[in-house]
Amino acid sequence: MGQSHIISVLLENEAGALSRVAGLFSARGYNIEAMTVAPTHEPSVSRMTILTHGSAEIMEQVLKQLNKLVEVIRVQDLSDGPHIERELMLIKVHAVGSDREEVKRLADIFRGRIIDVTDRSYTIELTGTGEKLNAFLHALDPGMVIEVVRSGASAISRGAKSI
Amino acid sequence: MNAPHQNEGVIPDALATELTGAEIVVRALRDEGVEVIFGYPGGAVLYIYDELDKQDAIQHILVRHEQAAVHAADAYARATGKVGVALVTSGPGATNAVTGIATAYMDSIPLVVISGQVPVALIGNDAFQEVDTVGITRPCTKHNFLVRDVRELAQTIKKAFYLAASGRPGPVLIDIPKDVTAKRCPYEYPEKVLLRSYKPTIRGHSGQLRKALGLMAEAERPLFYTGGGVILANASVPLTRLVRHFGAPITQTLMGLGGYPANDPQFLGMLGMHGTFEANMAVQHCDLLIALGARFDDRVTGNLAHFAPHAKIIHVDVDPASISKNVKVDVPVVGDLGSVLEEMLDWVQESGLHGNGPALERWWQQIEEWRSRDCLHYEQGESIIKPQYVIQKLHELTGGDAIVTSDVGQHQMWAAQFYGFAKPRRWINSGGLGTMGFGLPAAMGAQLAEPSATVVCITGEGSIQMNIQELSTCQQYKLPIKVLCLNNGYLGMVRQWQEFFYEERYASSYMDALPDFVKLAEAYGHVGLRAEKPSEVEPVLKEALRLKDRLVFMDFLVDRTENVYPMVPAGAALSDMILV
Repeated sequence: MGQSHIISVLLENEAGALSRVAGLFSARGYNIEAMTVAPTHEPSVSRMTILTHGSAEIMEQVLKQLNKLVEVIRVQDLSDGPHIERELMLIKVHAVGSDREEVKRLADIFRGRIIDVTDRSYTIELTGTGEKLNAFLHALDPGMVIEVVRSGASAISRGAKSI
Repeated sequence: MNAPHQNEGVIPDALATELTGAEIVVRALRDEGVEVIFGYPGGAVLYIYDELDKQDAIQHILVRHEQAAVHAADAYARATGKVGVALVTSGPGATNAVTGIATAYMDSIPLVVISGQVPVALIGNDAFQEVDTVGITRPCTKHNFLVRDVRELAQTIKKAFYLAASGRPGPVLIDIPKDVTAKRCPYEYPEKVLLRSYKPTIRGHSGQLRKALGLMAEAERPLFYTGGGVILANASVPLTRLVRHFGAPITQTLMGLGGYPANDPQFLGMLGMHGTFEANMAVQHCDLLIALGARFDDRVTGNLAHFAPHAKIIHVDVDPASISKNVKVDVPVVGDLGSVLEEMLDWVQESGLHGNGPALERWWQQIEEWRSRDCLHYEQGESIIKPQYVIQKLHELTGGDAIVTSDVGQHQMWAAQFYGFAKPRRWINSGGLGTMGFGLPAAMGAQLAEPSATVVCITGEGSIQMNIQELSTCQQYKLPIKVLCLNNGYLGMVRQWQEFFYEERYASSYMDALPDFVKLAEAYGHVGLRAEKPSEVEPVLKEALRLKDRLVFMDFLVDRTENVYPMVPAGAALSDMILV
């Protein structure tokens, strides 16, 4: 299965660019665990964060094949150096009776925020690494979860330089 | 006769300096220096055809099927080194072109394919003859474009030609909605394009080059292994000089043939699945493998785990993604082969590096021993024509200087083994995709590229029927192609695999109900000849070559069960060859 990698890709903000990257991964049988994309401060450039895993040889090919795409401006494996990873999760849970207090306490421990409330449910916003979000999910009784939406990881290298 | 244009004199001044999208397409092609395009009209490209018809600078060749248009443009590119151009309509025109595009993509051939599309407002509405051409061709083009605005048309065409020809070449498709070809805008063809995201590496890293040359000078058993990249980069001359300087043996891939003169004693023949005994044994025993413009394809390497087990590997390629893709490389060099080889030659001159004399002598002794196995040997008896014999005779009678196109199968391998190519761009075949039906349209493209050359399409009775309708195109444009059909009544390569690996169960490999190819050729207005006995082979070939201005279809009834040897079974090590 190989190690997990977070790859950042700068690419032209053009129609079709996203499907070129997605198509590359499926055509060559590379794994995608998550993928996010949005424009950067420069509107003509999008930044994509891809969470993938594979052996060192496969990762070398992934980076080379991404670089080969005409619309790809720059590619970097952020896992090669110190970096910060954040993911947003919105989670809707049943919250009735004594569970209401319990869920609130748990959300506080994980520094989550309750952003929507009904008499039977809470919706919690939580940010962090994928690992932290997983830990929160594990901490909840599975029967309580109504729905979960995760953004996929965004990541950036530490220090003053850009990719 | 020039019919007066209906609107002449009534165009407002402001519009007079503007061109329609269709006019822009034709003007841009002219500004790119395009002389020939291959295509087939249809609703979405009628404005473009209308403009093509008003000028003489670009000749349009009307094929009988869009697949043939792309193959012909592809072969035109392979024969000349220029970018080939094809024009097809939307929907089925585009889908028919896909096989041709994928063929060119696998062999890294520079092409620009222009496809019509339904008007912008109808895209996504399942309109008549609508298909998502950009979506379908995305995985088999180097890049593709959908042009939604006429103001982007000229620069998109410029980008397409630049992308097709630079770096690792490949096909680029431009999808143009019909209304875009009717709209007007001022025309200015850009001198250059700048793509911030695309900068192919030309010059190799000097340190790596020197390291590579150092290994070449030290190696006791070096071997050059070169591919289609040498042809694409027009690097035959520096390659030949470098190989001769080091005195090392050289083997080539199917795509690389002609990159080094086949009659030279340092040439060991092709390697791989149907490579020679000496070439494959040399790969398995060399201590240095110098891979130039080759991509370690599975048909070349056999079982990767056992490939070149004793060798350090140098790999020069313009595409970084080709390096260490299948085989881990010791000295990678990214760059254009022409530039890299010239720089290597300069450094050789400066440094005085040369081959490892005494060790090389022992290496050559070993190679000559392998060579004496005479692995391509066959016996031509009195009664049945051996296919190899036909190719060998063709080689003799054409002095090895014909442009040879081929289809896919046994005849292709025999052509590669027995027609010794002395020069580059003389051998045109579908190596990567293995596209049956490639040969005849490819011969059309080659003949249009080199009108005075002898162009021979080596084919089989299976492959030729995949695009036989192009005999009609050949008649329309008087293309004097020589079709050499090795007719064994079987899909020979399939039959061979069934004999070896499927316990002689010949499922669907027998070609029943074959047409009379002589009469068929005559029905298209060509000359048909047949040879049934070995003694007829030479007279038929001579007669065909004598008829310089006619297409001649030669139907050779050959040994029905002849196999291509040597053969490395799929997944076996290169040294595990099935020999005659």
